[in-house]
Amino acid sequence: MQDFSVATNWFHALLAGVMPEWLAVTLECLLIGVGLLLVYALLALFYIWFERKVCAAFQCRLGPNRVGPWGLLQSFADMFKILIKELISLNHIDKFLFALAPYLVIIASMLAFAVLPWGNGLQIIDFNVGIFFLVAVSSIGVLGILLAGWSSNNKFTLIGALRSGAQMISYELSIGLSVITMVAFAGTMSVGGIVEAQNHLWFIFSGHIPAIIAFVIFMIAGTAETNRGPFDLPEAESELTAGYHTEYSGIHFGFFYLAEYLNLFIISGVAALLFFGGWMPLHIPGWDGFNHIMDYIPSVIWFIGKAVALSFIIIWFKWTFPRLRIDQLLSLEWKYLLPINLFNLVVMVLVIVYGFHF
Amino acid sequence: MKQVSAQGMPYEAWKDNEYIESLVKKLNENGANIIVGSLDQLINWGRSNSLWPLTFATSCCGIEFVSLGAARYDMARFGWEVARASPRQADFMMVAGTIVHRMVPVFRRLYDQLAEPKYVIACGSCAISGGPFKKSYHVAMGIEDIVPVDVFVPGCPPRPEAMIYGIMQLSRKIKVEKFFGGVNRQESQEEFLKQHPVPDVND
Amino acid sequence: MADIKGIISSLFPQAVITDGEILQITVKNADWHEVASTLRHDERLSFDFLMTIVGMDWMEGGMGCIYYLNSTEHGHTITVKVMAEGDRNQPYINSIHDLWAIATIYEREVYDFFGIIFIDNPDMRRLFLNIDWIGYPLRKDYDNSPDTNPVSIESERQTDFTDVYTLKDGKVEKGERRIFAEDDFVVNIGPQHPATHGVLRFRTAVDGETIKKIDIYLGYIHRGIEKLCEGQTYMQSLPFMDRMDYFSAHPYHHCLCMAVEEAAGIKISDRAQVIRVLMDELSRIASHCLFIGTYCMDLGATTMLFYTLRVREQILDIFERTCGARMTFNYDCIGGVMQDLDASFVPDVKALLEVLPKNVAEYNKIFTGNVIAKNRMEGVGVLHRKEAISWGVTGPNGRGSGWACDVRKVAPYSIYDKLDFEQVVRHEGDSMARFKVRMDEIMQSAKIIAQLIDNIPEGEYCVKVPAVLKLPVGQWFKAVEGCRGLFGVHIESDGNTAPYRLKLVVPCLPAAAVVDNITHGQKIADLITIGGSLDYIVPDMDR
Repeated sequence: MQDFSVATNWFHALLAGVMPEWLAVTLECLLIGVGLLLVYALLALFYIWFERKVCAAFQCRLGPNRVGPWGLLQSFADMFKILIKELISLNHIDKFLFALAPYLVIIASMLAFAVLPWGNGLQIIDFNVGIFFLVAVSSIGVLGILLAGWSSNNKFTLIGALRSGAQMISYELSIGLSVITMVAFAGTMSVGGIVEAQNHLWFIFSGHIPAIIAFVIFMIAGTAETNRGPFDLPEAESELTAGYHTEYSGIHFGFFYLAEYLNLFIISGVAALLFFGGWMPLHIPGWDGFNHIMDYIPSVIWFIGKAVALSFIIIWFKWTFPRLRIDQLLSLEWKYLLPINLFNLVVMVLVIVYGFHF
Repeated sequence: MKQVSAQGMPYEAWKDNEYIESLVKKLNENGANIIVGSLDQLINWGRSNSLWPLTFATSCCGIEFVSLGAARYDMARFGWEVARASPRQADFMMVAGTIVHRMVPVFRRLYDQLAEPKYVIACGSCAISGGPFKKSYHVAMGIEDIVPVDVFVPGCPPRPEAMIYGIMQLSRKIKVEKFFGGVNRQESQEEFLKQHPVPDVND
Repeated sequence: MADIKGIISSLFPQAVITDGEILQITVKNADWHEVASTLRHDERLSFDFLMTIVGMDWMEGGMGCIYYLNSTEHGHTITVKVMAEGDRNQPYINSIHDLWAIATIYEREVYDFFGIIFIDNPDMRRLFLNIDWIGYPLRKDYDNSPDTNPVSIESERQTDFTDVYTLKDGKVEKGERRIFAEDDFVVNIGPQHPATHGVLRFRTAVDGETIKKIDIYLGYIHRGIEKLCEGQTYMQSLPFMDRMDYFSAHPYHHCLCMAVEEAAGIKISDRAQVIRVLMDELSRIASHCLFIGTYCMDLGATTMLFYTLRVREQILDIFERTCGARMTFNYDCIGGVMQDLDASFVPDVKALLEVLPKNVAEYNKIFTGNVIAKNRMEGVGVLHRKEAISWGVTGPNGRGSGWACDVRKVAPYSIYDKLDFEQVVRHEGDSMARFKVRMDEIMQSAKIIAQLIDNIPEGEYCVKVPAVLKLPVGQWFKAVEGCRGLFGVHIESDGNTAPYRLKLVVPCLPAAAVVDNITHGQKIADLITIGGSLDYIVPDMDR
């Protein structure tokens, strides 16, 4: 199986050979930053196109097909336009917070990229509390949304932001608990460690019932975290026009738009990491020949493939279900998901203690 | 002269090439720089291929606009399905339906709230001239006096095909715009707004 | 009929009773409130449904109103004519808003059009026109020149107060009343809002997410159709019917044609009758399909819209082949229909009938049984039967509240009395009931079409009608079941080619007026659910 750390180590050695260590590290950081931005933009554009095509397929339509082959360039055209669209300056708003909000949202999703297991050895930083870091940074996003709603000086955005605050804080609990369930199963908080622990079998199979429950809850809570249908109350179009970003135009709106899709990717990436082995190929104990063939597929493809497949499920949710109401949304979390989750954690502990897993 | 087309439609298939040619000629006469730069071309490519409508409909034509989004006519093919409910994020406004006295200030404010570059399509005979309600005491006789209009789509209501053609025309008009200097449509828009200034908003 | 007349003449000896197709009694304004109260509460009469208030301007004959009253229990209808007191500058009539809830809105409409003040009505603002509008447009001496009321891009003056007029010692006094409490958080929903189904404006006072009060603003698409009709012949008035409720263009046409035909004594052929009914029912299916789609979209389930539009497009194809248009057909004409059925009509409709049950089953599978949809709709926006009648909410909305108000059954017109179909009535009164009523009505309409499609009689599709049609002097009223409820036409003719007054009774105005009543204490999201389930069309209520 290819290990990308060989390549990165070789590159580091090459740089360190011709320049001092600190310069090499700085240069690498810069390169990674630029690479990340590029991946970020491309992924977001791909996701926008992907969602438009998928939803068109659900709705018996064709979806974008005029700009570029299969409409592939459609989202590029959208981005070009958004980049040069006017940034409307408003009176009676908190200008600093108004401008800050979209950056907070986008930074939150970028930081989460740092610990995602892109491939074997292709992780930017792998430290012992990786999962903890992920949960922490992903909750910065809500701050951006709250600021956006508050600083716009508009009643719709304010309602959208308050809804978003209530929703995100509630569902953070479910995300946290289902992550804890899986961390307990893996026995480590390091992202690399979790992936390694799924070498013989993915957690969704080896952890059987509690893992499946945790997965379902994670997907529900993750959909809510990304503000996507049926939990898209903060930007519920038919109720609040465009919710918290009603007053944003141009690239500021573009940031919110991109961040929505990136968060979708991150949530499905984390789900892939916790339940489907991250970049780990599908291994079935005892089937050595099969496992060997699976190893030939590059790990990057494994990871992105899993993430896209899981995103497909979330997109599927959005285009199938009607939207919940705010009180139903909160009672779903506090009355159902949270107790089930706590119970599930206990079950998982029992499974680990008595060794019921595969 | 370069043949301007849009959305993959062959040049010969357009019905009013004389118009676009005369428009290009007019723009070229006034501006010193005749050749649209390649950066301009890139920007225009982005703009003309990404037209997000504002969800705005007052009456019958709005229902045909819904049909336009549905599976048979599927405006998503052209990338127009991202209908934004907030005017800050929309590119053009399809004035689908009658505009009456009471709606005029609201309509004008919506136009002012659109972020540049913004375009208006007058869709249906009511928006063009008042249509069947020409004699009414409460109907604005066409929206041309209220906002600058880029494309007129006649019909009562126009068929979805006509609407598609209308938006494609808009997309073609955008292709001959210039982003950097020179004379373009935006200036005639400024002239219009000078004659019809933005009213003060105090609430 | 005779016994009502006897009862009324014994109860109100002072009233003048005129015989006619509909019994008309004329009372003085001073007696009006008392008479109305008796009409409403007397058990033998129990007129609990106020169909409409027709404002009238007879120039030298003074101004006044004609009230259409109907009893849901006994099924009889009368009209009451009340002449306004006071001079032309300030005519006034006593309000009856305490007897019929919908009168609040209808009286505002009359005030807006004729300047007749209703004493004690708590909300005497203009309904459709700007707050600073000069003149009353439906008066015969209204100055229609654009200089009186020029188009302005200045924002309209806003006020938090309503006008209330009281009578003190024979003099009209003006007072004020606050709409919202002073520290209310008022959110403005509309007129440009994706969920208001057009340009409707709700000023909504909210407490957190809970709605405290809604103040409704109409007139953002008021086109003055009633006034326009007064200046045109009956033939020329017909196309406006397409442009009010553009989903039920056929039933509306049908209604006006029937009224004119009755007045002129024209009898149309059996073939034309059957064609008209077929078209009415087809448009009902198309309309309900679009309702289901847009309603689901309001609730966030966008995909349903595309599935329901599939059926609608198929019906529009059928229409297009026969009528030549997709939405504004202008197909029914005085004397029959514009042209004969297309050769492909019968096979097309049969193909439609085949796919329809499958599609309805699919809608139920995708949406109706969905747990989120159930939670969003069940128990939300409950409208009780009594309230529905008092507010005059007809059509599927009224039937969802247990009020059997289908005009096709209650007062059959055309050939509906010979057809076998059921009136769909549900008793829950919530959004889900309104939704399900429409779902079931699709199948009932399909049943009607199936009965007729093989039995279209031969004959001429349109009888000869004089090119310039003059109606005799008189009053006529006809009502049909539009896709959204009772649609009625009141024609008053002075013997000319154009109507003296053409009043259109629309189903959507009461549906919008009742929103405030049934959203109290619900969430903002419920406002969308309720508004969507009432399925109002704004150009219909604004006219």
